[in-house]
Amino acid sequence: MKFGILVNEGPYTHQAADTAYQFAKAVLEKGHEVHRVFFYHDGVNNASKLTEPPQDDRHIVNRWSKLAEEHGLDLVVCVAAGLRRGLVDVNLAPGFRISGLGQLVETGIQADRTVTFGD
Amino acid sequence: MTESTGGIDMDEDSSGTIKKFAFVNRKAPYGTIYALESLEVVLISAAFDQDVSLVFADDGVYELKKGQATKSVGMKNFSPTYRALEGYDIEKIFVEKESLDARGLTADDLVVPVEVLTSDEIATLLDEQDVVLSF
Repeated sequence: MKFGILVNEGPYTHQAADTAYQFAKAVLEKGHEVHRVFFYHDGVNNASKLTEPPQDDRHIVNRWSKLAEEHGLDLVVCVAAGLRRGLVDVNLAPGFRISGLGQLVETGIQADRTVTFGD
Repeated sequence: MTESTGGIDMDEDSSGTIKKFAFVNRKAPYGTIYALESLEVVLISAAFDQDVSLVFADDGVYELKKGQATKSVGMKNFSPTYRALEGYDIEKIFVEKESLDARGLTADDLVVPVEVLTSDEIATLLDEQDVVLSF
């Protein structure tokens, strides 16, 4: 099955950011496809390469980058939500790209299931 | 890839597919940004010629409340945008009856014409959708 994933909450703030990752990983391990992961609202902060958590904590941003590298994931950050929050190309972590909300709607059309992780 | 096209790639093969999209709005219009950013997705979705419905429930019913006076809290009143949705051919707007009742509101208190549905009817409506995005 082809999944679309929407991440609406920020890293280290809300469980949704972690659960979205765990879900994406599980989907891929089960042999399904992830059409796209779309980051919206405070979810755009999951893409900041300036993120530096304490060393004994999980690295939410690098975790996405690694998963993207391993599986060719399409990680898309909403341009409007990103600009509002100071998330632009210069501080974008590897594997992420910035595009418009149309990419979210397109995922809804293309994927068999679109799953929202948010509040 | 520009904001004006919403990142729409006209070469991708999404043309011709029409899905039923429901946007569920559950939050008060101010205090968090969910309502405003939900409305931004709704406006973009209009460009894709999909079958779009909007659902307002819980504090989300306040998003449509008439007479929003936001100046004193330093926020932009974006409620007039809901009245523009008709121009985007987005006309299926549903409001949950229980949420209105609990807040002492009726459809007359809202900035756009809506169809009031019970919680059970909303559940049936959502069950019929292909894509449900909840904000």
